[in-house]
Amino acid sequence: MSETTDSRREMIARKFIEAIPHAGELGMKLSEIADGKATISMAYDKRLVGDPETGVIHGGAVSTLMDTCAGAAVMAHPSSPVATATLDLRIDYMRSATPGETITAVAECYHVTRSVAFVRATAVDGDPSRPVATATGAFALERGKP
Amino acid sequence: MIRKPEPVQVVKQRRDAALQTLIAGVPYIQFLGIQVDRRGDELTAILPYADKLIGNPMLPALHGGVTAAFLEVTAIVELSWAMIWDDLEAGRLDEAAPSLSFPKTIDFTIDYLRSGLPRDAYARARVNRSGRRFASVHVEAWQDNRNRLIAQGTGHFLMPSRDG
Repeated sequence: MSETTDSRREMIARKFIEAIPHAGELGMKLSEIADGKATISMAYDKRLVGDPETGVIHGGAVSTLMDTCAGAAVMAHPSSPVATATLDLRIDYMRSATPGETITAVAECYHVTRSVAFVRATAVDGDPSRPVATATGAFALERGKP
Repeated sequence: MIRKPEPVQVVKQRRDAALQTLIAGVPYIQFLGIQVDRRGDELTAILPYADKLIGNPMLPALHGGVTAAFLEVTAIVELSWAMIWDDLEAGRLDEAAPSLSFPKTIDFTIDYLRSGLPRDAYARARVNRSGRRFASVHVEAWQDNRNRLIAQGTGHFLMPSRDG
């Protein structure tokens, strides 16, 4: 991997998050984006706690991470869509995220039709063998003019 | 001998205090700026517009994740409220420190119907089934028109254990 490819990738990743105000607000960092796949992480933040008794991050923040990552995977699909919007998203919460740990989501856009993209995503924290949550979603696709 | 009903201010004060205790302690609810309006036992969650909630600045539109979070918060608050209501009305609740455990989300499905405009959003939830262990809650969100929903959601929740 050349240095210029690395810095170009970093620039694209930074621009992607900068273009989404709420993703920046949650401190999301995009680390991989290519071929219909994306990886985005979100550091532990006390402002996002949903259960003050345990310090566990609110499911809503995990949903936002999943939605952002899934949308990024759609945009990275080789068919190069120009825009996308979530049609539906289902999130299964396997367990509480461990307080203090960064949550990382990996999303894969595994099928596209002319107007719809299908995506699945998994979120993990410090222990990748036990996912925190999984998600599946359908996204509307906007194609560029041929 | 018929007992005189409680003065209305006392009843309102008790209900509002319990509701505020429920939501004020959750950092994420404060972070999103969600407020809850109460009419009797009916709750309406309000998400006042803020620039930081935007997901697509070109349209502009609320972030889909914000809409999802707003629905999920509303569902959990409604479910918790329904859980404490009887104790609250019977005066069995310690308002200063209701020892409250929130229900845990098992799964949540969001159906996006329209893009969220840069305006305030509102949501109401309905507990369709609340058993000893599980609950199913439906929630709807709208902006300017009550009958033009921006999103709806359904979630299943694990109820906190009530023993002890």
